[in-house]
Amino acid sequence: MTAAALFEGFPEAVAEGDVVRLAPNDLEAFARAALQAGYEMCVDVTAVDYLEEREPRFEVVYNLVSIQHRSRLRLLLAVEGDEPHLTSVTPIWPGAGFAEREVYDMFGIVFEGHPDLTRILMPDDWEGYPLRKDFAVGSVPVQFKAAHLVT
Amino acid sequence: MADQRTEEIWVAGTEEWDGASTDEGAQTMREEETASRLAEQIGAVVSDDYVIEDEAADDERMIINMGPQHPSTHGVLRLQLELEGEIIRRSKPIIGYLHTGMEKTAETLTFMQGPTNVTRMDYLAPFHNELCFSLAVEKLAGIEAPPRAQVIRVLMTELNRISSHLIALATNGMDIGAISMMLYGFRDRELILSFFEKTTGLRMNHNYIRPGGVAADLPPGWRQDVEEICRVIPQRLDDYDDLLQNNPIWLERTKGVGVITGEECLAYSITGPPLRASGVNWDLRKAFPYSGLEDYEFEVPLGQNGDVYDRYRVKVEEIIQSVGIVRQAAERMPKGDYRVDDRKITPPPRKRIDESMEALIHHFKIFTEGFRVPTGETYVAIESPRGELGCYLVSNGAGKPWRMHTRAPSFYNLQALPIMMADSLVADTIATIASLDPVMGDVDR
Amino acid sequence: MARLSAPNNLLTTTIDKAARWAQTRSMFPATFGLACCAIEMMATGAAHNDLARFGMEVFRASPRQADLMIVAGRVSQKMAPVLRQVYDQMPDPKWVISMGACASTGGMFNNYALVQGVDQVVPVDIYVPGCPPGPQSLMHGILTLHEKIMSGELVHS
Repeated sequence: MTAAALFEGFPEAVAEGDVVRLAPNDLEAFARAALQAGYEMCVDVTAVDYLEEREPRFEVVYNLVSIQHRSRLRLLLAVEGDEPHLTSVTPIWPGAGFAEREVYDMFGIVFEGHPDLTRILMPDDWEGYPLRKDFAVGSVPVQFKAAHLVT
Repeated sequence: MADQRTEEIWVAGTEEWDGASTDEGAQTMREEETASRLAEQIGAVVSDDYVIEDEAADDERMIINMGPQHPSTHGVLRLQLELEGEIIRRSKPIIGYLHTGMEKTAETLTFMQGPTNVTRMDYLAPFHNELCFSLAVEKLAGIEAPPRAQVIRVLMTELNRISSHLIALATNGMDIGAISMMLYGFRDRELILSFFEKTTGLRMNHNYIRPGGVAADLPPGWRQDVEEICRVIPQRLDDYDDLLQNNPIWLERTKGVGVITGEECLAYSITGPPLRASGVNWDLRKAFPYSGLEDYEFEVPLGQNGDVYDRYRVKVEEIIQSVGIVRQAAERMPKGDYRVDDRKITPPPRKRIDESMEALIHHFKIFTEGFRVPTGETYVAIESPRGELGCYLVSNGAGKPWRMHTRAPSFYNLQALPIMMADSLVADTIATIASLDPVMGDVDR
Repeated sequence: MARLSAPNNLLTTTIDKAARWAQTRSMFPATFGLACCAIEMMATGAAHNDLARFGMEVFRASPRQADLMIVAGRVSQKMAPVLRQVYDQMPDPKWVISMGACASTGGMFNNYALVQGVDQVVPVDIYVPGCPPGPQSLMHGILTLHEKIMSGELVHS
C-alpha cells in the first residue's frame, strides 16, 4: 500500500500537510494501515490538555516516521475529558509502550490493550495527573523580599 | 513489520510478577501465565522455549534489583532482573527517579527562558536540546536565524556531539573495566569544554542557542581554539584505538553482546547510534536536514551486527565525521548578525536602551512578558548524539508555551533493554547499558 | 560515635586532632551522582582537576564503605526515600555535601516533582552553589569541609 492510498479507507480523516486529524475510533485501523504503508516507526506519543480552550479537552498526538518514504506523519486525535481512553498502538508499534505509559501518568488517558499501564515517572502512589492544566505547578514560595507572586 | 520475536519477548519482559515489592511502590513483575494470555490477546505466536518455562522451577529464579543508586547504571536507572544463576531471563527498566517536571515548568517560562529549562534534559548534549527547542519556536514564529548564527549553531552542536561521544566512550570503557578510557575521555573533553566556556560562559548547560540565533558572538581567537581541537582529537582517537580496538578483552566483552536487529530497532522506535549500528541508514542530518546541514559533506557510519562493539565503532567514526563538519563550519563562517534582526524577538543592544524609547520598551517587554508566538503546533526533530531529539510545541499566542513536549531519544532507546539483555549474563548488562548511552535527564525529564 | 571528650586533657585532644586529620586526608565519597552535577563531579575526579591529590579519587559504590555523600543533582520525589536509605546505610562519621542549586534548594525547578532542597531529607554540611558548579567550586566546597573538620567545628556524635 502506498502512502497516498493510506487515506482512502478513512474519509473522515482531515489532512493538511503532514498533520492528520482522526477520530479516536479510527485509530487502530489507521495505525495498522500506516504500518503497512511504510510508517515503520512511531517516534512519539504525547498529549495536550486544552482545558477550556477547546472541546474535547485532550488531544493525543502520534508522530510517525517512514524511513523508506523519508516522510513524517502526525496524527491528532481529540479525546473527551471525562474518563479519557484510547486504543493502544503498542501491539502495532511496541516502541509506543513507554510513551503511552507516560501519557497515562501525566494526563490520565487510559490506553486499552496496553500490557502494562502503570505510572512510569511519578511514584506509584502519586495522586493526580501532573501535566493536566488543573494540576498546580506545585511551587514553593521563595523567601525573597520582592517575590510575592508565585506562578 | 514488527518481528515475531519482538512481540514475544517484549510482552514477556514487561509483565508484572507478584512477589517481593520495594519501598518505592509496586513496580513488580506478573506471573508467567499472564504472558501467554496477553500474548494470545494481541495475536502474537507464543513459542514454548521462551514464554512458557518448563525447564527451571520457579524457586531457582531470583529477582534482583539493580539501582537506582549504582555506579554503572548511568544515572538513576533501576533495573529489575529475574536471574537464573547468572543468566537474565526477564528484565524491566524502571525509570522516573530523575523526573523533574520540566514539561510543566516549560509552561511557566517564556520562550526566551525555554532553552534554560530544556538544556538540562540531556545534559551531555545541551546545545542539541537548545537547538531543537529554538528551531521549534522559530518555526512557529515564522522567523529564521541569520546565516552566521546557523553556522555557529552547527559548529557548537557538532563540538557537543564530539564531547558527548567522548563521555559515552569513557563510561563505556570504565564500565567494562578499561578505567584509563574514563580518564582519557574526560581529559579530552576538557579541551572542548574550555572552548565552550570561552564562548558561552559555562562549561555545561549553556543557554546559548536561543530562538532567533545565538546569545553572543564567537570570542576573538576562536579559530585557533577550534583548529587545536580538530588537530588533537583525531590523534587522541588513535590512542583510544590502541587501547581498545584490538584488545582481546575488549573484543570478548563487546562482540556479540547486546544484539538487536534493524527491524527490532524500528519496532521499538530506537534511533541514533544504536539504530545505525544495526545497519539501518537513518540520520536526521541527512534525511531532514536542519540549520544548513545539507551543505556540509560528511558520511553516516553504519554497523552490521547491532552489538556493543558496533555501537562503539559507530560512535568513534561519528567523532571523526564531526571533526570534519567542525572544520567545514569554521571555514565557511560568514560575517553578519548572530541574532535575527526582528526587534520584537531579539533584545536591543544595551547602549541603545539609553538612546531610544522604543528600544527600552522592547527590552522591557521581551524580558518580562516574553515575545509572543502565533497560535499553532509543530514538531521539530534533530539528530542528537543519542538519537532523534524532537520538540512538540503548542502555542496559544501568549508569551509562554501552552505545551512543550520533548521526544527524548534515551526514553525510547531504553525500551530495547529487555530485548538486548534477554538470556545474557549480568556482566553483559553493564556493557549493554553503557553502549545504549542513556542519559537519565533525557529519559525522565 | 561517642567523641573522646570526657576528660579534656593533652592526650585526648591530640588523639582527637589525629583522628580528624585522618578523616580529612582520605575521605571516600559515595557515588550519588544524579544529574548534570554528576558529570562535573566526575570531571573533578578526572585528570584535569584531580581529586586524587586529596585522597578522594576512590568513589565507593557501597555506602557502607563511604564517609562522604556528595548529592550531585536534582532529587525527585521518587528518589528521596532512596537517598535517605543510602544515607542511613553509611557508617558514622559521615558528611553530606549538597552540590549544585537543585540539591541545595530545588534550583530552577520549583515544582511538584523535586524535593526543594536535599536538606529536607538528610542533614547537610556544605552547600556548593552553581548550576552546575565547576570542578573548582566543588573542590573549594570539599576543602572547606576538610577545614571545618580539622578545626573541630563539625561535630558528629
